[in-house]
Amino acid sequence: MNNLSPILSVKDLHYKYEQQYVLEDVHFDIQKGAFVGLVGPNGSGKTTLIKLILGLLRPQAGDIHLFGKPIQKFKAWNQISFVSQKANTFNRGFPATVFEVVSMGLTGKIGYLRFLNKQHKNKIHEALQSVGMEDYANRNIGDLSGGQQQRVFIARSLVSEPELLILDEPTVGVDTENVERFYHMLSDLNQEKGITLLLVSHDIGTITSYVTDLLCLNKTLHYHGNPGDFYQKSDQELSTFYGHPMHSISHDH
Amino acid sequence: MIETFLEFEFLRNTLYTGLLVGLIAPLLGTFIVVRRLSLIADGLSHVTLSGIAFGLFLEKKIALIAISPYYMGIGFSIIGAIIIEYLRSVYQSFQEIAIPIILSVGVGLSVIFISLADGFNTDLYAYLFGSVAAVGRGDFYFIFMISIFIVLAVIFFYKELFAISFDDEYAKVSGIHAKAIHLLFIILTALAISASIRIVGVLLVSALMTLPVAASIRIAKSFKKAIFLSIVFGELAVLAGLVSGYYFEIPPGGTIVVSLALILGITLFRKSR
Ligand SMILES: Nc1ncnc2c1ncn2[C@@H]1O[C@H](COP(=O)(O)OP(=O)(O)O)[C@@H](O)[C@H]1O
Ligand SMILES: [Mg+2]
Repeated sequence: MNNLSPILSVKDLHYKYEQQYVLEDVHFDIQKGAFVGLVGPNGSGKTTLIKLILGLLRPQAGDIHLFGKPIQKFKAWNQISFVSQKANTFNRGFPATVFEVVSMGLTGKIGYLRFLNKQHKNKIHEALQSVGMEDYANRNIGDLSGGQQQRVFIARSLVSEPELLILDEPTVGVDTENVERFYHMLSDLNQEKGITLLLVSHDIGTITSYVTDLLCLNKTLHYHGNPGDFYQKSDQELSTFYGHPMHSISHDH
Repeated sequence: MIETFLEFEFLRNTLYTGLLVGLIAPLLGTFIVVRRLSLIADGLSHVTLSGIAFGLFLEKKIALIAISPYYMGIGFSIIGAIIIEYLRSVYQSFQEIAIPIILSVGVGLSVIFISLADGFNTDLYAYLFGSVAAVGRGDFYFIFMISIFIVLAVIFFYKELFAISFDDEYAKVSGIHAKAIHLLFIILTALAISASIRIVGVLLVSALMTLPVAASIRIAKSFKKAIFLSIVFGELAVLAGLVSGYYFEIPPGGTIVVSLALILGITLFRKSR
């Protein structure tokens, strides 16, 4: 494992919009094939961290490496795909079919002055299939439910066949029952297609049973490890905080 | 009735120009409406008017006729388009403010140049409301070139134009040069507006860009279909408007807009999608 370089590596990252740092000394690696959950309360800097990773913001200090390359020199942006926190704030009356929305995911990859060909169209149908939306290709995007729209936006991100898929709070506006199905689908994509996932959420509850790695962020990283150990640790932290004796909340005896 | 139009050369020019305008205005109008920028057409048409007024003023007062007022209008419109894009990048968080700025400056300059050129005359009336008789052969060729340029640009940059219209942030992340595409689009829009002014006039050009789209998005589920239907509605209205305008001796701007409103009315009463 040691000779395997991480897909994403973040070191000593600092960022501030104005005077106050919103990210301080953030430091972590993501290995190929991982399903990483990034959790933290609202305003903890999750979206900011994602924007830094996507090169939409520049850090005041620290390094980001993507696929082994420093971000300043990184060019292969089509290996990374992104589902924004705002993806489902589009204009509901927009006359576009599901197929047309997903085709947008190929725009950068196809390049200027070129057109969608048969192969691209097949890819679009495959992407829709992988999120279970193949029957909706010709439906209007605004006519779908929030959860279905979210799947379409995932398909749009998958169609360019990225190695790393970053999702910023994709389940906002999706009802609880469908959230579980949605995480299941992500888990399948991770295991069957080997896509590395970085999933941002402000809700720690559900995602811990799906992810392989958990990052807890609140300005700085409070935890990085596997999700099971987090509960042990947080129990301990909680107990010290409330002053309970340690053994009374220990689960294993 | 169309035969009369084909008989006389000036009417032929008007008819062909009308058909070109009925194509390019709704084509770009579809992108404008879905981006919620409907007022941009009004802004740019009034900037065009200020250019036309400036040209008329030069023609009258300084007897300078090197550039016809119409071409002066097109030049102003392109400059206005570039200024709008610049204002939109300065006012990132409330980009729509660019439109009232450019609209009011356009009207202000028009008022100044019109009064300097001794007020209204028949030329100006034709520019404001459109005219069946105003399209010369030179104008037709020029608008023909503009139309070819617009259609080719939209075909070759279709996927980029669609992406920035639907989701600008995503377009940026996926590696599209969003700024350049926005600029291209607004310049195409300026060209389409100044071309359309010859037929429908300054005051009603925004109607030809937005009313067909308002009707088509009630029916179309896909973006391509919306464009197609917008163009069909635009062409129908231009034909009906030009013919009736000619027979009733009314500026075609008025009759075209009324035709568009009728089409819109029909789609509104139809069961929506
Ligand atoms: N564009 C901005 N300008 C100034 N401050 C910002 C901006 N965006 C976010 N912030 C601040 O940075 C902090 C982190 O925000 P964000 O990364 O959006 O958090 P999260 O995604 O975890 O909810 C918050 O305090 C927020 O107010
Ligand atoms: Mg956020």
